Amino acid sequence: MKPAVERQVVLPWTQVVRISFNALRARLFRSLITTATLVLAGAFVAYTFAGYAILNGLWPHAPAELKEKILSSGYESFAGSFGSTPKDRWLIALSLLVCTVGIVNAQLMAVTERFREIGTLKCLGALDSFVIKLFVLEAAYQGLLGGALGSLLGVMVSTGTLFIKFGTGVLRHWPVGHLAWIVCWNTGLAMVLSFTGVLYPAWVAARMEPALALRTEQ
Amino acid sequence: MIDNGTHNVVRLVDVVKVFRMGQQEVRALKGINLAIRSGEYLSIMGPSGSGKSTLFNMIGALDKPTSGRVFIDEVDVSQLDAYELAWLRCRKIGYIFQTFNLIQVMTAMENVTLPMIFAGMSRDEYVEKGMELLQLVGLAERYQHKPPELSGGQQQRVAIARALANDPAIILADEPTGNLDLATGEEIIGLLKRLSAERGVTIISATHDIKMLNVSDRVVWIRDGMVDRIEDREELKITVGEVG
Repeated sequence: MKPAVERQVVLPWTQVVRISFNALRARLFRSLITTATLVLAGAFVAYTFAGYAILNGLWPHAPAELKEKILSSGYESFAGSFGSTPKDRWLIALSLLVCTVGIVNAQLMAVTERFREIGTLKCLGALDSFVIKLFVLEAAYQGLLGGALGSLLGVMVSTGTLFIKFGTGVLRHWPVGHLAWIVCWNTGLAMVLSFTGVLYPAWVAARMEPALALRTEQ
Repeated sequence: MIDNGTHNVVRLVDVVKVFRMGQQEVRALKGINLAIRSGEYLSIMGPSGSGKSTLFNMIGALDKPTSGRVFIDEVDVSQLDAYELAWLRCRKIGYIFQTFNLIQVMTAMENVTLPMIFAGMSRDEYVEKGMELLQLVGLAERYQHKPPELSGGQQQRVAIARALANDPAIILADEPTGNLDLATGEEIIGLLKRLSAERGVTIISATHDIKMLNVSDRVVWIRDGMVDRIEDREELKITVGEVG
């Protein structure tokens, strides 16, 4: 005889990816606000590091008077190369912290807005792990988009300001490889931040009893 | 398994539910004993605040009782783990709510197919069955509409189609006509009655809509967290007659 109650199957990732992607697309404007936090933090980090990378690319090719100009405009060279100062690192750490807190805040709001939806999903047979995956994946997309956009923005602004300050040499010796690397790890960093920020809200959402979720007024 | 259509699909034994609100304790259910037979159309009637919705949540395994036991198909719900509970909610029970509770960002079709996706059906299967179900509730041509583009009655029909997705043994409806006008409400009641007759689904409906009485096989009256009385249809006619 078949047992009266069987165990629910775990949904394959392909389905979870599809559902979470559609959910995000349907709520594009709402999620763009969360993404904006990541864009700004990402842009700041990328701006700082891209600036040093560009100067490092320019430095060996710069004539003496340009070198003079670079040093006199406040950039410090350590043994012929530029790098982040302790002050830069402090600012970056703080901005990332503020960004993470902002994401936790935004995602908690998003969970509250979707209490009823989560309750309904659970009534239809969603497992707790599905709810967590849904939120984490949405956060990952936001991290990817926000990180990539922010990094590109940061690199562009950095290139632009240095171009205005130091002329065409900035573009001629633009360190493509190094900047691409910065965009890559910075996007990864944004995804990690987004992921960290959504963990607690996702956990709150997943643990809710469906009856409680359905009781809340919409 | 006994399958003569008369076994108990749901059985509640001394079910008590206490809500804690700050310092206060609210006893929403004060010891409910109830057996619901397979295939019947049962209405739970009672004024608001009588514990109807709490009882609904108990029957639907959506909340845990403070004490007492809930059996669904003679399986004690409190003994089930998360996976088994999810399976039960997915396959055994179909839920219909007063506020429809469709996923707002999904189309009618996506809403209807969601329980089948959770059940692990293949794409071809769930698309075909989703279409069949939407046809059944008369909304086949609106499969691509999202809930905000549908009227209340249409949304509730999508919800009914969704509740039927995995051929559940039980359909639980919490005030299904509460947010609908008279005519639409009657339409929904008619649809539920048809389903119960044609498919042999047990329908359990919490309501205070008098129209529900005419189609119910039995009516359970709840008052103040307790079963006040249970009436069969034959007795009902007399009562309704007296009122009318």
